[in-house]
Amino acid sequence: MIAYIFRRILYALPILIGVNIITFVLFFVVNTPDDMARMNLGQKRVTQEAIQKWKTERGYDKPLLWNSNTGGAGKLTDTIFYRNSVKLFVFDFGRSDSGRDISYDISQRMWPSLAITVPGLLLGLLAYITFGLILAFFRATYVDIAGVVICVIMMSISGLFYIIGGQYLIGKFLHLVPISGYDIGPEAFKFVVLPVLVGLIGSIGASTRWYRTIFLEEMNRDYVRTARAKGIPEQQVLFRHVLMNGMIPILTGVVVLLPTLFIGSLVMESFFAIPGLGSYTIDAINMQDFAIVRSMVFLGSVLYIIGLILTDISYTLVDPRVRLE
Amino acid sequence: MPRPFRLCFLALMASVSACSDSPWNNPYPDTESDSNIYYDSFSEQPRHLDPISSYSSNEYVFIGQIYEPPLQYHFLKRPYELIPLTATKVPEPDYVDKEGRALTGDAEAGEVFRVRYRITIQPGILYQPHPAFARNATGDYLYHHLSAAYVQTVHTLEDFAVVGTRELTASDYVYQIKRMAHPRVHSPVAGLMGKYILGLEELATRLANEYSVQAPDKSTFIDLREYEMEGARAIDKYTFEITLQEKYPQFLYWLTMSFFAPMPWEADYFYAQPGMSDRNISLDWFPVGTGPFMLTENNPNRRMVLQRNPNFRGEPFPTEGDSGDSESGLLVDAGLPMPFIDTAMFSLEKEAIPAWNKFLQGYYETSGIVSDSFDQAVQFNAQGEAQLTSEMQDKGISLLTAVTSSTFYMGFNMLDDTVGGDSERARLLRRAISIVMDYEEFISIFSNGRGVPAQGPIPPGIFGYVAGEAGINPYVYAWDNGKAKRRSVAEAQTLMTAAGYPAGREPQSGQPLVLNLDTPAAGPGSKAIFDWLRKQFAKLGINLVIRATDYNRFQEKMLKGTAQIFQWGWNADYPDPENFFFLLYGANSKVDNNGENAANYKNEEFDQLFNQMKNMTNRQQRQKLIDQMVEIVRYDAPWLWGYHPVGFSLHHSWYRNAKPNLMANNTLKYIRIQPLLRKEMRARWNQPVWWPVGVLFILIIAAMIPAIIAYRKRERSPVL
Repeated sequence: MIAYIFRRILYALPILIGVNIITFVLFFVVNTPDDMARMNLGQKRVTQEAIQKWKTERGYDKPLLWNSNTGGAGKLTDTIFYRNSVKLFVFDFGRSDSGRDISYDISQRMWPSLAITVPGLLLGLLAYITFGLILAFFRATYVDIAGVVICVIMMSISGLFYIIGGQYLIGKFLHLVPISGYDIGPEAFKFVVLPVLVGLIGSIGASTRWYRTIFLEEMNRDYVRTARAKGIPEQQVLFRHVLMNGMIPILTGVVVLLPTLFIGSLVMESFFAIPGLGSYTIDAINMQDFAIVRSMVFLGSVLYIIGLILTDISYTLVDPRVRLE
Repeated sequence: MPRPFRLCFLALMASVSACSDSPWNNPYPDTESDSNIYYDSFSEQPRHLDPISSYSSNEYVFIGQIYEPPLQYHFLKRPYELIPLTATKVPEPDYVDKEGRALTGDAEAGEVFRVRYRITIQPGILYQPHPAFARNATGDYLYHHLSAAYVQTVHTLEDFAVVGTRELTASDYVYQIKRMAHPRVHSPVAGLMGKYILGLEELATRLANEYSVQAPDKSTFIDLREYEMEGARAIDKYTFEITLQEKYPQFLYWLTMSFFAPMPWEADYFYAQPGMSDRNISLDWFPVGTGPFMLTENNPNRRMVLQRNPNFRGEPFPTEGDSGDSESGLLVDAGLPMPFIDTAMFSLEKEAIPAWNKFLQGYYETSGIVSDSFDQAVQFNAQGEAQLTSEMQDKGISLLTAVTSSTFYMGFNMLDDTVGGDSERARLLRRAISIVMDYEEFISIFSNGRGVPAQGPIPPGIFGYVAGEAGINPYVYAWDNGKAKRRSVAEAQTLMTAAGYPAGREPQSGQPLVLNLDTPAAGPGSKAIFDWLRKQFAKLGINLVIRATDYNRFQEKMLKGTAQIFQWGWNADYPDPENFFFLLYGANSKVDNNGENAANYKNEEFDQLFNQMKNMTNRQQRQKLIDQMVEIVRYDAPWLWGYHPVGFSLHHSWYRNAKPNLMANNTLKYIRIQPLLRKEMRARWNQPVWWPVGVLFILIIAAMIPAIIAYRKRERSPVL
């Protein structure tokens, strides 16, 4: 298995290089170094000298991908891309274009993101499995049909509607929790309730339908029919057999998400003023801070690859038939 | 609500609001409920808190309360009046000719060789507590020689156990002026000031030569005290002198801005130590000033907290104001030492809707009004006056309005072959478009009536603005029944015919004239505006093509002069007509000199008058020149004058001393809060509403019953 994991990590390197190149190209297609300088220096009374000075200090005065003015390896290494990208592979994110230590900011901002995403994931799993099981149990009845219709309606509604509606109903009309904001320690609880609830309701339609499908597939298998034929109560069939076997795709689907929980939610954090990594990324895009954007994209890619490797490993744990070679 | 559910929810919430009478939706700790804290929000993270770099209103909100330049604007008096802040009086310039002879203030700019401002500051002003000033028993600085290992242990200023202070001196102001020339500091006004302050450009060149921009160790301290500069020098402990190379009366306004705030060398040295910037400890993050407040929490991702500076001298509240200020209670605190609040807490609110709702719940003291909420807050009476809705009045909210010292205009690129240039044809075309662009309608539809149609470049409240019949733009308006009335479309069409575009068609091809408008506005919200703009141009038969682009590309087009018609705006730095007319001054052409004259307008007569006008004090002669300049630009019409936005702000009943001051950045010290009234109102407005939760719970139970019955029935049914 170790050899397999090592091989997967090696496979990841070209993927990460590719992601870096794509991020780099996309960013600089939209923003030139001059634009970035203007954004940082302000809109009024910005001179060309100040722009040049800003670029020189940050190395943005160099060619983007290929430096034809130098010789040898310098053609490749004396470029904005090389100077900004190589350190990422040892997780040295460097400093943002405004001068902040990106690693420190990430270490500070991942906790608010986790405060939203972890409870959201756990409560979500509980709710999706429960509703999925109920609908599967009442398959082809009015309960099932009504449940599926409600799920389709809920998944058709924009996530933004749930956010604004949740803030209006629970924060403004019922006065039960603050509309937005964040705090540290136990005080964080009252700020986390609403985004977690909104996230849960927003995704319950699609997730319940998916889980229902998984459970229905299991319920049609021979071992379930055998269990019923043996006279095992439906309750036991459901929880001991269907749920346990249905957990294989569920667990592997969840494991891939685990590392990406750090990244947070872009829209949710913005609307609820949660100072997490999602809003960090959005702010960086708005401020044209390439150093942060490339770091967050790189981090997201690494975490996703880790998630995929963990998924493969989890397969071996929950299904004895699978071996990694 | 059903008891079990309520108990569960109560248990969940117990850890944060147990046994408290504070509303459940209170975003602040219960212990703060009756504290003298001012709550506000901010939507954009400040980029620079270093006073030499900061040039943005969202940064001034913070540093305006921390740093103290020599002068400030009177809080209450209008028109805006300069008064001393740390200075003992507003300095009078001394004009000197080449022979060193003193000249009077009326001296022509050409005669003036040097201008000296001698500024004396008040003794006894202390800096806020800061580790940069901390000393040991032998008088050595405690934190000026930090080891790399020690720096690795710190993340904020609170990690330094000892703080100190010292008295403000004239040298600190001189030090800050020299920082404009610092090769590693970006000051947006360095270029401008280099033209005026004697020796600043030379110092910048010298420093740049001595210290390469790309020095390997960027934390090397440059001791600016060792560099002499003729244009900024300390005379004694409390007096310093600034020497300008030419007459520049507007310079006094710059002395109210943070670029001229004092900077103690100790702070510069402290932050420049190796490793400090790697720990995010810099002047851009931790300001150090003498003002009424100090920044104690800088977390722009969540909140910024200003606390009362314990060393602040206690500046008295103004004892004089405008007419009506006394009657409206703005002089109740006259003579009392400021600031009145202990803490100001600014929370990050990126979205307008949550911020607005929290204002209505009493969790912010003041709010602007976004378009989505305008009808909820404001309505116009039969006379067209804005007044609060009954919902706002019931809450005791008050409304203040003020015409901002800014202008939003539509400019013609004067380098363009069709709309630009000095030909009569182009001039008539521009004037015709000026008439049909119905800004009254625009303001009504897209700004909820919050704007004043512009008659020229100068907004109301700035010297040179003329109200009434004498102040209208005669090429666009006529005076009718005591008010300005936009000229008819028929008149505009006549101008089009005279310009050679009968019915808006090009004479050669007979096709409709096609004009291009470049705008950085984009997104679905802009579509209605674009449709409206096309409709205005269509009144003349012109086919308007809108080239919406992102702001980066828009700026690029402006720099290259490839735009034909564009929309832009300007927010004044100071209340002087020069700060608006310079947007049309030929030498400031964007294409030629990367200046602020985006229309690239050039008119020799206007430029000559501008050079005369900018050096004059506000008196009748200056008004005459301004009138001539306004007439020239109205005639040439390089801009459609657009409109001056009107700012609407709402304040709760516990907020005292509210008066819009669009020039001052240090207004926090004037604000008084009544915390007990606020606590009472918050409790009244935010009672938890439980019945919908109960109804929901009952509905869930009711929905579960048939399922449970069906389950039991299925369990009991025989296997087929």
